[in-house]
Amino acid sequence: MTDIAALQSEILAQVSAATDEAALDAVRVGTLGKKGSVSALLATMGKLSPDERKVQGPLFNGLRDTITEAIAARKVQLADAALDARLAGETLDVTLPARAENSGSIHPISQVLDEVVAIFAELGFGVAEGPDVEFDDYNFTRLNIPPDHPARQMQDTFYVAPQADGTSHVLRTHTSPVQVRTMLNTKPPIRIISLGRTYRVDSDATHSPMFHQVEALVVDKGIHLGHLKWTVEQFCKAFFEIDQIELRARPSFFPFTEPSLEWDMRCDRSVPGKITFGTGNDWLELGGSGMVHRKVLENCGIDASQYSGFAFGFGLDRMAMLKYGMPDIRSFFESDLRWLKHYGFQPLDIPTLDGGLSR
Amino acid sequence: MKFTLSWLKEHLDTDATPEQIGARLTSIGLEVESITDPGAGLKDFIVGEVITAEKHPNADKLRLCSVSDGKDMLQIVCGAPNARAGIKVVLARPGTVIPATGDALKIGKIREVESRGMMCSARELLLGEDHDGIIELKSGAKAGAPVVAALVEAGLLADDPLFDVSITPNRGDAASVFGIARDLAASGLGKLKTEKVQPVAGKFPSPKTITLDFTPENKDACPIFAGRLIRGVKNGPAPQWVQDRLKSVGMKSISALVDATNLIAQDRGRPLHVFDADKLSGNLHARMARDHEQVLALDDKTYVLDTDTIVIADDSYARAIAGIMGGLDTGSFEDTRNVFLESAWFDPARIARTGRKQAIISDARYRFERGVDPQFVLPGLELCTQLILEWCGGEASDVVIAGALPPPHKPIAFDPALVQSFGGIVVPREKIISILQGLGFVVEDHGTLQVVPPSWRHDVDGPADLVEEVVRIYGLTDVPSVPLPRGNAVAAPVLSKSQRRTRAARRAIASRGFNECVTFSFIARDQAALFGGGDDARQLTNPIASDLDALRPSILPSLLAAASRNAARGFAKLQLFEIGAAFDSGMPEAQKTAAAAAIRTGHAERHWQKSEDAAGLFQVKADLLAALEAITGAPMSAPITQGAPGWYHPGRSGTIAMGPKVIAQFGELHPKVLASFDLKGPAAGFEIFLDAIPDPKSKGGKAKPLFAPSPFQAIERDFAFVVDAKLAAGEIVKAVKLADRALIDTVTVFDVYEGKGVPEGKKSVAVAVRIQPKDATLTEAEIETLAQKIVAGAVKLGATLRS
Repeated sequence: MTDIAALQSEILAQVSAATDEAALDAVRVGTLGKKGSVSALLATMGKLSPDERKVQGPLFNGLRDTITEAIAARKVQLADAALDARLAGETLDVTLPARAENSGSIHPISQVLDEVVAIFAELGFGVAEGPDVEFDDYNFTRLNIPPDHPARQMQDTFYVAPQADGTSHVLRTHTSPVQVRTMLNTKPPIRIISLGRTYRVDSDATHSPMFHQVEALVVDKGIHLGHLKWTVEQFCKAFFEIDQIELRARPSFFPFTEPSLEWDMRCDRSVPGKITFGTGNDWLELGGSGMVHRKVLENCGIDASQYSGFAFGFGLDRMAMLKYGMPDIRSFFESDLRWLKHYGFQPLDIPTLDGGLSR
Repeated sequence: MKFTLSWLKEHLDTDATPEQIGARLTSIGLEVESITDPGAGLKDFIVGEVITAEKHPNADKLRLCSVSDGKDMLQIVCGAPNARAGIKVVLARPGTVIPATGDALKIGKIREVESRGMMCSARELLLGEDHDGIIELKSGAKAGAPVVAALVEAGLLADDPLFDVSITPNRGDAASVFGIARDLAASGLGKLKTEKVQPVAGKFPSPKTITLDFTPENKDACPIFAGRLIRGVKNGPAPQWVQDRLKSVGMKSISALVDATNLIAQDRGRPLHVFDADKLSGNLHARMARDHEQVLALDDKTYVLDTDTIVIADDSYARAIAGIMGGLDTGSFEDTRNVFLESAWFDPARIARTGRKQAIISDARYRFERGVDPQFVLPGLELCTQLILEWCGGEASDVVIAGALPPPHKPIAFDPALVQSFGGIVVPREKIISILQGLGFVVEDHGTLQVVPPSWRHDVDGPADLVEEVVRIYGLTDVPSVPLPRGNAVAAPVLSKSQRRTRAARRAIASRGFNECVTFSFIARDQAALFGGGDDARQLTNPIASDLDALRPSILPSLLAAASRNAARGFAKLQLFEIGAAFDSGMPEAQKTAAAAAIRTGHAERHWQKSEDAAGLFQVKADLLAALEAITGAPMSAPITQGAPGWYHPGRSGTIAMGPKVIAQFGELHPKVLASFDLKGPAAGFEIFLDAIPDPKSKGGKAKPLFAPSPFQAIERDFAFVVDAKLAAGEIVKAVKLADRALIDTVTVFDVYEGKGVPEGKKSVAVAVRIQPKDATLTEAEIETLAQKIVAGAVKLGATLRS
C-alpha cells in the first residue's frame, strides 16, 4: 500500500519546484498522465473490494484533485512571473519627449468677434454681412455723406482702380454700408450687428490701414436715445465682464446720426502700462453712436415719420486690446508666431454667455 | 481750436474754474483734448532770498551765496553776474526737476565748495531765452512761497491755462473764442458779453471796385464780397499784447496787418485778407479760376488751379486762392502803405474740394469749409478796420459790397414732445425754449414751436437737430436708460448657415494645430500676380505703401509672406491659417467673403523615434478633409481630381468640386512661388471657398435617420491589381465599389508598389474591400461571385490581378 500522504507531498514538492511551463507539464504527465503515478494509483481502484474502495476511493480522488489544483495554481503563478519579467524588460524612459504636436490657436480678433456675437444674439440682434470693396453710394452717399462733406476728410478712403464697366469703388471705411444694405433689403423692425474688416489710409503707432469694427443698428417704432444708452451699457458690461462700469456720453458729430454721441468708459491709467475699468479719473474712448439720421432712413427706403432708430459702432481691435491687454494694434496683423501663441485662444474655447465669455 | 482762459473771459463773464469749464465743454460736445497750465512744471520751485553773496574762494567768476528758503539758509554756488545780496530769486532745491534739462537737481560740489540748490534763469525754466543772469522777482515776493504767483507778478509767466478743443466738422461756429463762449453761456456757465461792432465811417470813396464775375451755375460760390481801402498805414509789429495772445495759442506774430486778421479769425471765426493795394492792378474780382491758372501763394509755393477753384483776381491775374491762401505778390509787408481789406463768404464745398486737391492746410480753409457766419462779413470787416487804424494809422474808405447776404434760415416746425419721444428725456417746455434761445435760435411758440436757426448754424435743418441741441445743452447724463423690448424669452439663434460654417471651419482648422492669422487684404502686386491676380482692376489707387497696392486674389500669398517672416526669426516649421476676404475683381460683389486657407511649412522635427513626414500633400489633404467635414457636417464625398492652379506643384495638387463649383484646392506649393517668398523648406497648403459650398439639403426636421446596423458579420477581402503606373488609385477604388454598391461598404488602398516583381511602367495597387451583407450571411459561392465582379471591374481599367 503506497502511502498516499507521502506521495502527495512528494508530488506537490515537484509542482513547486517546476520553474517553467515545460517542467510543470512534465510533472503533470508524470502524475496525471496516462502512465503517471497518480493515474496508476487510480487504476488500482477497480481491483479493490467494495469496502476498500469506500475507504480508498475518496483518498485517491482527493489526491488527484489536490494535484490538479496545485498544477493549475502553479501554472498561473509561472505565467504571472513570466509576464512580470517581460514587462520589466519593456520599461521605457517616460521622460523622453512625446512627438510634438503644434497647439493651434484662434486669433484674438476672431475670439472677440465671437464674444460680441454671443452678447448681441442674447439681445436679439442678427449678424449682417457685406463686402469689403463697397459702392461709394453705400459707404458715403446714402449715409448722408455727400462728395464734399468735411466728414470725408475724417475718413481717408482707399480707392480701387476703375473697373471695366467704368465704375470705381472704395474699400469700406466703416461697416455702416452693411447697415445700408440691410435697410434696403429688410423691412423694420431691424435689429442687427455688422462686423468685419474696415480700411482707412492711416498708418502709425496707433493706426493700422486695416482694422475691424462692430456696429449695431436698431430700427423700430418709438426707438429713442434711452434705448441706445441702455444697449451700449448692457453690451459694455457683458463684454468687459465686470459688474461695475461707468459710461459717459459726449455729444459729437457724424453725418449719419442726429443726435450724435460718443462713449467713454471710466478707467484708471495712473499705473503706467495698466488699465483698470470702473474706477479712476481717466476716460477711455469706446466709439460713436447716435439716432439714425432721418435722411439716412429715407435714403434706405424707410419711412422716417413712422420709424426711428439708433446705431453705434466700436473698434473691435481696440476692444480686444483693452480687454486682453494687448498694447499694439499693428502686431495684430504681423502674424508673428510668438504673438499668435501668446495672445491666441484655445480652439475649443468658444465664448458663450452661460459659460462666461472668457476663462 | 486753442484759446486761453483770459481770452475766453473777454467774451464770457464767469467764475468757473478751468476744470469746470473743461468738463462743461466736453459735455456739450466741444471735446477738450487738453488743458495746459503753464505753471504746471514749476510747482516745486519756491521764492528764495539772497542774504549774502561773497566771492567763491576758489573761483573769480563764481559767487558763494546764502539763500533763505523762508526757514533755512542754503549755501549755493552761482555764476550769474546779477547774483547779489537782497534780491528775490527762483529757487530750486535738491530733487526739483529743472524744466530745461528734465533732470532732478542734485547736491553738488563746485570748485570744492558744496552747493545745495540753484537759482534759475528764465531759460532754465523754459520761460524765455534769457540766460545772462538769474531771474529777479519783485521785492515783495515772500521767501518760501510757491514761485508761480511771483513769476506772474514779475510778468514772466502768464497764469493762463490753455485749452485745446477739437471742433467737429459741423461746428464752424465754434471755431472761434466767441463761439465757444456763446455755447458755454447757453449751457449756463456764465454770461456772454455781446457788444455790437460799431462801423467805421469812410473818409473817401474806395478807389477800387469789386465785382462778382460768376456764371449762373457758379453763382453760389461767393454770394457776398465786401472790402474797403485803407490808405497811409504803417505796417510794423503788432502791439505786444497781440503778439503775446497769438503766441499763447501757438500762432506766429507776423506784422500788425496780418496779425489783425489772424486775431479776428481766432477770436470771431471770421477770416479776412489784406492785399497790398499798390500791387493790385486795377479792380478786384471774385471768379472761378481759369484752367491751369497759377497763383504763387504766401507759403512760397506755386499752385496750378482748375476751374472748380474760386480766386480773388485783379484786372490782370488771380491774386489769391479764395478762402484758403493769399498770394505772395500782393501780400502785406513792411513797406506796405495802402491796403485793401477783404471780407467774403465762400461756398464750403468748393473750399473743401480745393483745399483737399491742393493739399493746403490753413486757418482760413479750416473755417470756410466748416461754414462761417455770413452775417458777420460786414461786422468782421469793420472790426478789422478798427484794429488796423488803431495799430497802423491811416484812413479808411467807404465799404464796397458786391452781391448780397443770403436770406435767413427757414423756420423749423418743432414739436417739443420730440425731445422725449426721440431724445428719451423729459425736459420742461420752457427749458427747451430757453436753451434754444440761449444758442441764438429765434423761437415762436404757437403750440408747435417755430424755430429759426441763427445765421452761424449751418448744421441745423430739422427737428432731430433741435433735439440734439436741447439734449446736449441739458445734459446727456440725465437721459435714462430704457431696455429694448425683448422678442423671445429665450434668445433665438442668429447666425446664418454661412456664418456657422465659417466658425466651424475656424475652430476645426485650429484644432488640427494651425495658428490663426489676420493679415491685410492688400499685398504686393507681383505677389498677387503669382496667384492669378495683380491685374489693373484689383489695384488700389492710393495704397499705403507700394508693396501693399493690390487686392489679394487669394489668402495664400499673405500666409506665405507671414511664413517667410517667421522663418527669418527661426520658426520654419509652421501651421498657419486665415479666414477672410479674397477678391476676384475690384467689384463689390466679386469677393470671396469667406475664404479659408492654411499652410504647413518646414521639415519634420527630429525625434528620437521615427521621424514624421515633412510638410506635404497628404498632410494638408487630411487637414482639408477634416475641415470640410466640420463645415458640411459629413465626410466629404465629392470627387478629388488631379491638379490645381499654377501656384501649386503641378503633379502634387488636387481640386475638389461639387458640380461646376470648385470648393477647395490643395497641394504642395510651386517651388517658384516659394522662392519668390524666400521660403527655403517644403510647404503645402489648401484653400476652401466657403461661399461655394452648397447648403445641405433640408431634412425637414432635426431627427437623424434611424440607426439600423446589420446583424450579419462583415467580411474583408484584399485584392492586389497591377495597373498602368499613371492610373489614379481613385479610379480603381471607384471601379471596385461599382461592383456592388449595396454590399461593398468601403474600399481602402493600403499598398502601392512599383519595382521588382512588377513590370516596368506598371504598379501594384492593393485594396481592402469591406463587404457588409444586409439580409443574410453570404455563402462562399456568393463571395466568390462578388470577387469575380470586383476583378472584372478592375480589368476594364486594364488591371490584372497580381498573383
